[in-house]
Amino acid sequence: MIPSADFVEARRRLEAKPQAAGEKLVDLPSAIERIRDGDHIAIGGCLFSRSPLAALTEVLRQRRRELTLSRNLMCYEGELFMAAGAVVKLMTSWFDIALPWGLSRKLREDVEGGLVQFEEWSHLGLGLRYRAGAMGVPFLPTLTMIGSDLMEVTDTKTMVCPFTGEKLCLIPALFPDVALIHVHRADRFGNCQIDGYPHMDVDIARAATTVIVTAEEIIDEDEVRSHPDRTLIPGLVVDAVVEVPYGSFPHECYGLYEADFDHFEAYTDEIKEKGTGAINNYLERYVYNVPNHQAYLALFGEGVLDRQRQNAHELVGER
Amino acid sequence: MNFSPTELLAVMAARQLTGVTSVFAGVGVPLVSAVLAQKTHAPQLIIVVEGGSMGPQMMPGRLPYSTNEMRTACRAQMLPGITDTFLFAQRGFLDVGFVGGAQIDPFGNLNSSVIGSYQRPTVRLPGSGGANDIISLCRNVMVVTMHEKRRFVPKVDFVTSPGFLAGGEARHRAGLLFGKVSRIVTNLGILEFDDVTKRLRLERIHPGVSVKAVQENTGFALAVPDPLPMTEAPTELELRMLRGIDPDRNFLGAA
Repeated sequence: MIPSADFVEARRRLEAKPQAAGEKLVDLPSAIERIRDGDHIAIGGCLFSRSPLAALTEVLRQRRRELTLSRNLMCYEGELFMAAGAVVKLMTSWFDIALPWGLSRKLREDVEGGLVQFEEWSHLGLGLRYRAGAMGVPFLPTLTMIGSDLMEVTDTKTMVCPFTGEKLCLIPALFPDVALIHVHRADRFGNCQIDGYPHMDVDIARAATTVIVTAEEIIDEDEVRSHPDRTLIPGLVVDAVVEVPYGSFPHECYGLYEADFDHFEAYTDEIKEKGTGAINNYLERYVYNVPNHQAYLALFGEGVLDRQRQNAHELVGER
Repeated sequence: MNFSPTELLAVMAARQLTGVTSVFAGVGVPLVSAVLAQKTHAPQLIIVVEGGSMGPQMMPGRLPYSTNEMRTACRAQMLPGITDTFLFAQRGFLDVGFVGGAQIDPFGNLNSSVIGSYQRPTVRLPGSGGANDIISLCRNVMVVTMHEKRRFVPKVDFVTSPGFLAGGEARHRAGLLFGKVSRIVTNLGILEFDDVTKRLRLERIHPGVSVKAVQENTGFALAVPDPLPMTEAPTELELRMLRGIDPDRNFLGAA
């Protein structure tokens, strides 16, 4: 793992990596095999939006261990990694599914029990960590987090501004080992298009050493070249691209399918009824016992997928 | 017309947005209130949500559960990245920050991180999300929360989001050069801060609520002005609009 703010080491790692020229299309298992035990994985999207769930499921299936996961707002994927015993540290600004589904019992059990380390940043604070990483600088100054106890429990520092004499909070750059990002479209060289919210994905992709992308659709190179303004992540920073339709499901993908709130409800109901052991049953059913993402989607069924597509259409309209 | 405590809270919060250009709103009652304001007295109100939605006009009956989903983006004017959304606030563009409550102390400091110690908490709460950033960076922050003794505590276990810290000039001295927490809107009344000490005091009370009830639901003593002004009860129009926004009562709770 690259130490916090160590922009020199981050640059060395990037330069030591084989240059990612040419085609990067691979299958999901081979893409995920690049991840090592102990890696820091930055997760793209936000909460239950454009989460790289197919990729994360494959990480679990390959039984990676001792991982650090970072994400702006973390949803139940964090619970799955805790239940699998795959994560030692969570770095986020907020952890839950969303308000209607209550506090995460698994988070409470594991953090209160000292099983998992929870490093809390403000939402912008974590965003600036990725942004500093993306810029290749050791830190960024900000006016957020100042005065709060969050400064006491993170490795922020303060400095007196050399220009104005005002006190500033310094946010150290974060250089994840791996970024997992789900996008709407990519070509075989890894040039990525995202519709709707970009969240923090552009910064995460540039801050990480290795970037693995899943895409709803692989598009022709010419389509990218005729709309270069739509490319948010260039192939230059991407190491592997995998075509995974419904790669965020049951989370949402802007304009394509809405999150399956019924599934969230069923998942949390199971935990309420049977305790957090229900998450291990969920892992068996939705992760370990399914060979691939197609089999995973079959557990939800065509009807649900169609309904969620229709919901997205009603919310976003023709695109 | 009868109304529930949450409905009262939402209406009172929405009224705070009169004459406001932009509101950076958290999900839950703060966002419902912002939508209500936009659909009643503040049609030009620019709602900003941290998932990266600027200027949305949300769909009644399809209010978002999160800051970052399609529902949050309906008819938005722009979808910036999350970091850039907050940077609009750091630059000083955003008028009002609207955050929900967790634990709150007499100086408006909020805790949404832990009960007990940070390393081995008794209760691990979800965390700051954007609350720390909104309270640090918006021009004027209002806290929108149910008024309960377990929320209004003499001292928070952890300052997730800084109000006036130890009071007086402490906030400015800590380096928070801009913005302030100006008001706490609850289902019992409206609380503001003393100009000098920055300690919370009762400012207004809602119809049918007694000072005794406010004090009983607050874990510390509140100064009460004499005479104590009273807010106007929610109107039929406000309640009708509110119920139209959240017909399934996902956020308004039981009627």
